[in-house]
Amino acid sequence: MDLYKLTAHELLDLLKEKKTSADQIAQSYAQRIGKVDPQVKAYVRVRPRDDKAASGPFPLPIAIKDNICIRDNETTCCSKILAGFKPPYNATVIDRLSRAGVPVLGNTNMDEFAFGSSTENSCFGPSRNPWNKECVVGGSSGGSAAAVAADEAVWALGSDTGGSIRQPASFCGVVGVKPTYGRVSRYGLIAFASSLDQIGPITKDVTDAAILLGLIAGYDDRDSTSVDHPVPDYTQALGKDVKGLTVGVPKEFFIDGLDPEVKAAMDEALNVLKKKGAIVKNISLPHSDYAVATYYILATAEASSNLARYDGVRYGLRQIPAKANRTSIIDMFEETRRVGFGAEAKRRIMLGTYCLSAGYYDAYYLRAQKVRTLIKQDFEKAFKECDAVITPTSPTTAFKAGEKTSDPLAMYLSDVYTISMNMAGIPAISIPCGFSKAKLPIGLQIITKAFDEEMMFRIAFNYEQAAGWHKEKAPLT
Amino acid sequence: MGKHLITPKDVETIAHLARINLTEKEGETLTHDLENILHYVAKLEQLDVSRTDPTTHVAPLKNVFRKDEVRPSLSQSEALKVAVSQQNGSFKVPQVIE
Repeated sequence: MDLYKLTAHELLDLLKEKKTSADQIAQSYAQRIGKVDPQVKAYVRVRPRDDKAASGPFPLPIAIKDNICIRDNETTCCSKILAGFKPPYNATVIDRLSRAGVPVLGNTNMDEFAFGSSTENSCFGPSRNPWNKECVVGGSSGGSAAAVAADEAVWALGSDTGGSIRQPASFCGVVGVKPTYGRVSRYGLIAFASSLDQIGPITKDVTDAAILLGLIAGYDDRDSTSVDHPVPDYTQALGKDVKGLTVGVPKEFFIDGLDPEVKAAMDEALNVLKKKGAIVKNISLPHSDYAVATYYILATAEASSNLARYDGVRYGLRQIPAKANRTSIIDMFEETRRVGFGAEAKRRIMLGTYCLSAGYYDAYYLRAQKVRTLIKQDFEKAFKECDAVITPTSPTTAFKAGEKTSDPLAMYLSDVYTISMNMAGIPAISIPCGFSKAKLPIGLQIITKAFDEEMMFRIAFNYEQAAGWHKEKAPLT
Repeated sequence: MGKHLITPKDVETIAHLARINLTEKEGETLTHDLENILHYVAKLEQLDVSRTDPTTHVAPLKNVFRKDEVRPSLSQSEALKVAVSQQNGSFKVPQVIE
């Protein structure tokens, strides 16, 4: 039996019946990675096997995005500026996984500092979409999504600041969850935009996502934005039907640029939910058209501040200018940052610095914070009349490698359906809802109110079981 | 496009604020890219936000305090393990004061 093809809950069942062992599972994944990763390039680092790590109740190997700190294990955000950096501590999610006995397979590829929507901004080069190697994996958690889609991990963690879990999950045909802001500790997640970042699961099906979120969620006093809210058993929510639930479909998401094949898959998915007894209602999120502009001001402003720490003083890269005979510390800062950051990182730091600089702060940053309030209020109104909002995850399927690399704005606009939820701080899941004629996966997004991940999983599971798309496997040999 | 929102001189100033050396070519590309992005984000001017409060974060939290007690933390030697250059238990850098 090919163990690597199974989901976490299927493996847990086999373990319970003593039909497999932690050792066999670990072996199966090591072989699988050896076989397909040279084609997919999901991992930037594979860890040596540690049998002690798999001694808990969940010996199900996981892939970790390269921006989540693992003690004494190189963690670089796929940036030259952190080459060789070995964090002296674990992220809280890593401690939690370790307590559950989940072994870490390795670190996955990503856009440098999570800046991107295609994983083409990695200093290690891009990953390849398991469904079509000419296409991007999405981003920024592209390596994590590709690893799960290619059966190179049971499950994975990513981080989502504006869609970085959901969009690659959609492009790779797997499940991706951005939890409520404050649900999962950000301690040890290398910061991009601190008011938006959240760690979440990428899995083969909805049940696995519910299990994994349960393992990583919960209050942590080392993250001052962690919320002390009880963590339910998310798998309990899966058994409930959707009869009488109202799902809202925002008209603003069905606009120019939405691929007709994606729209058709959405319509079909809504029919499936209707047949299961859900009520589909047309709603409006009137400020949706302003989301991308708002996000790219707020996220880059926060990023420019967060990335000020990479200056060559303490850790990571230090670059001294070649020509100078005497070097000042400012020369060192400027040269380290010139050499260490890639083009997109520089672009975002520059944009963020501009938006925060004297004379422009009110016009850009403060105004964007106010529009953020409007976007958040749109959702508050929507959740007065529906239990969940449903949209496509991305307006298109995975685009061709290189297609958007020379046009930053076109790349930013590919996040149009996922960024509002980060600004509103609410949870959202992307699940497979079909394929294009070219056999590329299409993703459906289900959004609920803050701390109502149970409703999100419930609707997602009902759809998944009725539609069955999660059973399709990428054509890798 | 109408008036320029950002000039090469602005880009030079921001690069200095952000402590990034830019090559001439990078400066040109960034001027062009930032100009495009700023034109796009200018759509926010269409909205009346005069009566809207800003949102800085969305977590239902305020005044996160803890007891003022010493708790386990990284030791000096653990923290210095990642140092690029160190001397006498400190991170060592090029000369700061002339």
